Amino acid sequence: MVKGQIETENRVQVQYRLERNKKDMRHQFISFLLMIFLTLVAFMAVGFGNFSAKFVIPFILVLASVQVGFQLYYFMHMSNKGHEVPALFMYSAVLVALVMIIAFITIIWI
Amino acid sequence: MQIQEKLSFETWPAAPEKETLEGQNKVLGFWLFLGGETVLFATLFATYLALKDSVPGPGHALAKDLFSMPLVFLMTMLLLTSSLTSVYAIYHMKNFNAKKMKFWFVVTVLLGLGFLACEIYEFNHYVRDFNHTFSSSAFGSAFYTLVGFHGAHVIFGLGWITGLVVRNWRRELSLYTAPKFYLASLYWHFIDVVWVFIFSVVYLMGMVG
Amino acid sequence: MSSYAQKRGFLATLWDYLTTVDHKKIAVLYLVAGGFFFVLGGIEAILIRVQLAVPNNDFLSADMFNQVMTMHGTTMIFFAAMPLLFALMNAVLPLQIGARDVAFPFVNALGFWMFFFGGIFLNLSWFLGGAPDAGWTSYASLSLASEGKRIDFYTLGIQISGFGTLMAGINFLVTIINMRTTGMTFMRMPMFTWTTFVASALILFAFPPLTISIFFLIFDRLFGSQFFNVEMGGNTIIWEHLFWIFGHPEVYILVLPAFGIFSEVISIFSRKRLFGYASMVFATVLIGFLGFMVWAHHMFTTGLGPIANAIFAVATMAIAVPTGIKIFNWLLTMWGGSIKLTTPMLYALGFIPSFVIGGVTGIMNAASMADYQYHDTYFVVGHFHYTILGGVVFAILAGLHLYWPKMFGTMLNETLGKITFWLFFIGFHLTFFVQHFLGLMGMPRRTYTFLEGQGLETGNMVSSIGAAFMAVGAIVLVINIIITSVKNQKVGNDPWEDGRTLEWSVSSPPPHYNFKQLPLVRGIDAYWIEKMEGRKEMTPAEPLGDIHMPNSSFIPFMISFGLFVAAFGAMYRPDYSWGLPVLVGGLVITFGSMLIRSLKDDHGHYIKKEELMDDSDKGVQA
Repeated sequence: MVKGQIETENRVQVQYRLERNKKDMRHQFISFLLMIFLTLVAFMAVGFGNFSAKFVIPFILVLASVQVGFQLYYFMHMSNKGHEVPALFMYSAVLVALVMIIAFITIIWI
Repeated sequence: MQIQEKLSFETWPAAPEKETLEGQNKVLGFWLFLGGETVLFATLFATYLALKDSVPGPGHALAKDLFSMPLVFLMTMLLLTSSLTSVYAIYHMKNFNAKKMKFWFVVTVLLGLGFLACEIYEFNHYVRDFNHTFSSSAFGSAFYTLVGFHGAHVIFGLGWITGLVVRNWRRELSLYTAPKFYLASLYWHFIDVVWVFIFSVVYLMGMVG
Repeated sequence: MSSYAQKRGFLATLWDYLTTVDHKKIAVLYLVAGGFFFVLGGIEAILIRVQLAVPNNDFLSADMFNQVMTMHGTTMIFFAAMPLLFALMNAVLPLQIGARDVAFPFVNALGFWMFFFGGIFLNLSWFLGGAPDAGWTSYASLSLASEGKRIDFYTLGIQISGFGTLMAGINFLVTIINMRTTGMTFMRMPMFTWTTFVASALILFAFPPLTISIFFLIFDRLFGSQFFNVEMGGNTIIWEHLFWIFGHPEVYILVLPAFGIFSEVISIFSRKRLFGYASMVFATVLIGFLGFMVWAHHMFTTGLGPIANAIFAVATMAIAVPTGIKIFNWLLTMWGGSIKLTTPMLYALGFIPSFVIGGVTGIMNAASMADYQYHDTYFVVGHFHYTILGGVVFAILAGLHLYWPKMFGTMLNETLGKITFWLFFIGFHLTFFVQHFLGLMGMPRRTYTFLEGQGLETGNMVSSIGAAFMAVGAIVLVINIIITSVKNQKVGNDPWEDGRTLEWSVSSPPPHYNFKQLPLVRGIDAYWIEKMEGRKEMTPAEPLGDIHMPNSSFIPFMISFGLFVAAFGAMYRPDYSWGLPVLVGGLVITFGSMLIRSLKDDHGHYIKKEELMDDSDKGVQA
């Protein structure tokens, strides 16, 4: 009897896990579609749009950042709990990276 | 839970990659490594931006002469899709379905090989038709180093995933192997993250001028 | 372990150390190798001071002086100071947080062997056509002009050891985040653990720019790229930026663990809790953060423009604030404490005024307009030796005396230790204090001699005499180590009697699983709390059970050895036909070893509960 109870509990848990994984997968698929969409917009803005460089460059950089956000938070599970430390270190890395890139495009002269 | 324990569909934990202390350490350590890699690629991007179109004189190809949109678009699609297929692989890993997981990893590898083929064609094209080489200018050095470092990451990732799949071809999933697959997929996603910035900063911004 | 090791043959012990993944043995390896390179760097320093003792000296030729000066800087920073700190971290850090080993024991061993082979590769240059001669900063315009293979030894050697350092950094970070025992919250961690944590984070973000810039230099010199070749559109300033984006955090990577060691020393020997613990932690993190925003203060005279110079000058001066917080916290820890003047405490007392002098001259350098006067003179040499010698080397020596019993189970002689301190302290100030004035009088650094009659004779002679004092001090230290090792009087868990943190609650040296049962931590200075309540041991946080330990492995040695071989191949490839096969062969060894490591399952082994009970019955400690 006790054994039967445990089995039922297990089955419920397994079912729950499967459902949740499926839901995660759905989110990931949606984020994939959005990433494809953002990529298309970026390519079209450069290829077909007749915009000035002053608009296009910041625009595609923003699109790239959003897309990378999807990649990190959904594909790489940074949205799941237990990812606070990885997030802290990734943001620190981005900070160091930005300081360096800003320096290289402003104070390195030819 | 013991690391070598034989598990079944029912006893498989929800986050198998983090079930053991070894697994937790590996996942965290790998994220920190990716933080370091972020700075590493930022250094390459910064140098590329500082040396972009920096050539010894007229007659050398500049960014706006080199790049062609269809090829870059194809490469981007291949790599983005391979990122999704490795997500599918991890999805099946979490459902304790080793067969399907390996299938999707094989698909990932094939897409990665496609990307690599395009990149080899692309470099060859620049060298032959534009005389744009590693040594022809500082721009060439910076371009090939940035994109080549990414390409080297792709090659390493392909070798890694292939090795894992071959090694575990006949084996069920265990708490010992789950973190290994998980890390390989994290690495593959990171390759995609870098590529997103490469196609934006190098190719698209290069075409804008 | 040591008594056990003595019963076995020399070869068995050697094999044990070649394959070990135990953090305590890796600490010994770091100590021995780092000590060896420290002696080399010290000899080079003495050669420099002999050459500069009198004007127009020809003891070293100009070319030889450049090599010695370059190797002194490179060796001391990369191959002496860092590994000696890693030795102390490896020896103490897992014990301080109540862990049985580091997070990645295999990677720990790999990091050591990478550093070791990198250092050996660099120093082989002495026998293979001359050592690097472009300064430890190896600015591209100089290093591209250097002929022969000299700079290639620098780039490849640093590259290999840099990989090792990066691994060590990630390893310590994960260890501290994931492996703390029950009750060891972040805000209860000992200061040495905290400073190691922040220093490791700096390693993680500072070493990739170095890796890349060194790759650029390798590619430029050996593979025909044009990064720094101005004729082909390159730009040498990129090297300077990348080097200092690494180089400035690097000095904090060195000095933060030094601060940590002094925090431990001052707290232990004042027999008081560290004053302002939370502000200490805050200051450490802030120094780490600001460390990335100030690199261009090394480049004020490059011509970055007034706006950039102003920004970097202000950011640099801001670092004085958290550093000042630390200095006052140390003073207030001693205030009202019952101070014991042991050797480590003497170093700590010597450190505070010395480092303050180094900090004040740092602020002088940070004033970007004034820096045009100081730049590339002996003023700068005086400044950074006050911070690195007065800060880092004093800390290493203090830590060595403090933790020697924990590492080897026997105490260094206190009298000889104090003699070493006084010789070192007096010699240090004699050597470097006058250098500030030599610099202000216009003596340029990195110049192999000076002329008579310019008022530089006395200062240089005083400086050289000081260096002799330090050399004698180092010899006394070596004698001390030999005498202590021969006597080998064993000591108990807490030989200083005032130990506050977990490392003092286990035997000296600890058993190879560190803690039979992981301890329960109930506050800052966990062991002190238990002692104050009359207990002799920590309260266990878990029942006695099987202990999972990693297996030894020879693969870390092979992976590093492969890179060592590949470096020779890469270096001689442009000149000899055998270069390419050797390069490929080396990489095959490295990647083949990595492949074996990943294909072979390695589950580690278990120490059975019964064995652990046997140990306690017999009272045998390791």
